[in-house]
Amino acid sequence: MEKMNCLKVINLKAKIHNQEILRGVNLEIPRGEVHAIMGKNGSGKSTLAKIMAGHPAYEVTEGQVLLDGQSILEMEPDERSRAGLFLAFQYPVEVPGVTIANFLRAALQARLPEGEEIEATEYYARLYEKMDLLKIPRNFTSRSVNEGFSGGEKKRCEILQMAMLEPKYAILDETDSGLDIDALKIVAEGVNSMRCPERGMLVITHYQRLLEYIVPDRVHVMVNGRIVLSGDKDLALKLENEGYEWVEQLESVSS
Amino acid sequence: MPVEEKPVIDIDRSIGDFSYDIEYEYDAGYGLTERTIDYICDVKGDPDWIREFRKDALKKFWEKPLPTHWASRDLENIVFEKIRYYLAKDKMPKRSWDEVPKEVKETFERLGIPEQERKFLAGVEAQFDSEAAYSNIKAAIAKQGVIFVGSTEGLHKYPEIFRKWFGKVVPTGDNKFSALNSAVFSGGSFIYVPPGVKVKHPLQAYFRINAESFGQFERTLIIADEGSEVMYMEGCTAPRFETSTLHSAVVELVALPGAKIQYITVQNWSNNVFNLVTKRGLAFEEAEIKWIDCNIGSRLTMKYPGVVMKGRKARGEVISIALANVGQHQDTGAKMIHGADETTSNIVSKSISIGTGRATYRGLVNIPRHLKGCKNNTECDALLINANSRTDTYPAITVRGQGNACQHEASVSQISEEQIFYMQQRGLDEGQAMSLAVNGFVNDLVRQFPIEYSVELKRLIDLEMEGSVG
Repeated sequence: MEKMNCLKVINLKAKIHNQEILRGVNLEIPRGEVHAIMGKNGSGKSTLAKIMAGHPAYEVTEGQVLLDGQSILEMEPDERSRAGLFLAFQYPVEVPGVTIANFLRAALQARLPEGEEIEATEYYARLYEKMDLLKIPRNFTSRSVNEGFSGGEKKRCEILQMAMLEPKYAILDETDSGLDIDALKIVAEGVNSMRCPERGMLVITHYQRLLEYIVPDRVHVMVNGRIVLSGDKDLALKLENEGYEWVEQLESVSS
Repeated sequence: MPVEEKPVIDIDRSIGDFSYDIEYEYDAGYGLTERTIDYICDVKGDPDWIREFRKDALKKFWEKPLPTHWASRDLENIVFEKIRYYLAKDKMPKRSWDEVPKEVKETFERLGIPEQERKFLAGVEAQFDSEAAYSNIKAAIAKQGVIFVGSTEGLHKYPEIFRKWFGKVVPTGDNKFSALNSAVFSGGSFIYVPPGVKVKHPLQAYFRINAESFGQFERTLIIADEGSEVMYMEGCTAPRFETSTLHSAVVELVALPGAKIQYITVQNWSNNVFNLVTKRGLAFEEAEIKWIDCNIGSRLTMKYPGVVMKGRKARGEVISIALANVGQHQDTGAKMIHGADETTSNIVSKSISIGTGRATYRGLVNIPRHLKGCKNNTECDALLINANSRTDTYPAITVRGQGNACQHEASVSQISEEQIFYMQQRGLDEGQAMSLAVNGFVNDLVRQFPIEYSVELKRLIDLEMEGSVG
């Protein structure tokens, strides 16, 4: 029996330009939990996030990704999104000329059945409420998506989108990179406010710093395209203090 | 990241291509001879000077070669002998709204074309009941002394003012197609705005649609007297029912000292049409002429709205959007001729090429040596949707003398795989993502169109982008 109410990755292998990047990843994020994946640059963390979201550049050669028991690897990225999967990008992409307000409205509209329209007053009320939470000024809505944004603004905008789309599962890819400590706190607060029994989250980072503010239920360590070790939040601290070398040795033993 | 060949966008342009057999009360027949000109003059009751004007133009048309030394050789495919140069007074149509193809009706619906305009556009009504729709506005402008009539009525009723400017901004021999228009013109508007009058409502060609007004060889002349202001709009975003494959209009604008003219065009031709248009304005001291131009569809469009800045501190501007879909070539641009000190001009052009669509920008800017304090700014941006889409830019800028400034920026961009992925990750399908990105690209220009046009334009871009990915 396949377990429902979790985001499950089973023996996932993937490559790009004939180079194998994921070499059999296993992972299970139940709703209501926050998991973290740590690992050095190039270990395959971000690739895992992109593949789960359906980036067309990668080729999945083996394995499964199940969202609440449903296989999503055959689905288009937009279908996965509407099924409840959200990815906060490490490098959010600029969409010139398209305002945040219009972009989010189009994204929400895409979730409605044919013929139904977003109610404008309600929409703006909700948008402003979430923006206040993330300390985003009101004039932000009329700026083009990510165009000319500072690093911090980009990351906050990702969290704003997550808050508006209310996904079942959210993957946050290096959401802490490029943030100063104040911005980090705001972003973490936004993420924490979305923790709830109906939502699972996967936080990808290579610093322990973020995990001080978003305390994970589980921590996984990725080395060379595989999860080689899992533990509780203390594992993050240990990695911070002792580095990754000892885990890498574990990896070479296991393979 | 591997660059995958995106499939060619496949758009069903046949939507705008349907046609009926039409009988006309007046038909000059196929081909162009002196007899054709006499037929037109007799039917229209033209005065002798117009008959002379037309015959002289016909000679120039014959003498001039096609401009294929710089323009597309596709022009050679126009068969001038197989064109009917004058058709008027569509007899009572023998068809009904029920016979209009379903897709066409749906397109009107989705573009939000007003009910009363649909039947005319679909070719089931010869007359558009403009009196009923716009009589209030017509009465209001008449009270201000504004003349707004068809070009034929203009030359009959107001010969002094008409004759003073007609053919002066765009001389007959300017190019082969201005000569053709001068020989066989019919339809188009004549507008005169008295000194100091600011026309509040934009004047639309719709106000006086008749069997001629959407003709193949429209001729429009607008004169804004000292200190007056007027905005004119022509065309619409709906695909137009076409009987002819060659459209060659001439538009002349005259902005006397301190006057302002804005001329807005939105055209969506079916893709069998050659659209070869000459548009030019003459701006006197401290006058302003602004062309806002949106070209969608057609087989080949050649259009370079121009402003001749004749008086000190005159200002010229061209804002243009071109969308070239599969099998279409948009060859558009602007001409800015500085003829006095402290004149300024601005050109902003954005083009989108989809599939095998081709967009060409040609810009001519001329600031001669003896002038001082002139400025030109040119920006042209091209967006390519598919790997086989094409764009070319041919700027011809001549700036001489001291203390004149010129700035030219050009960019070519593509909607990247990463942009599409990002938008898809938020739940938009690939087509919606593409549409949104294209709308974003032209957004700053679309905002300069009157609101009803900008809404229609957005919907039209959505329609054009539909099925653009697969």
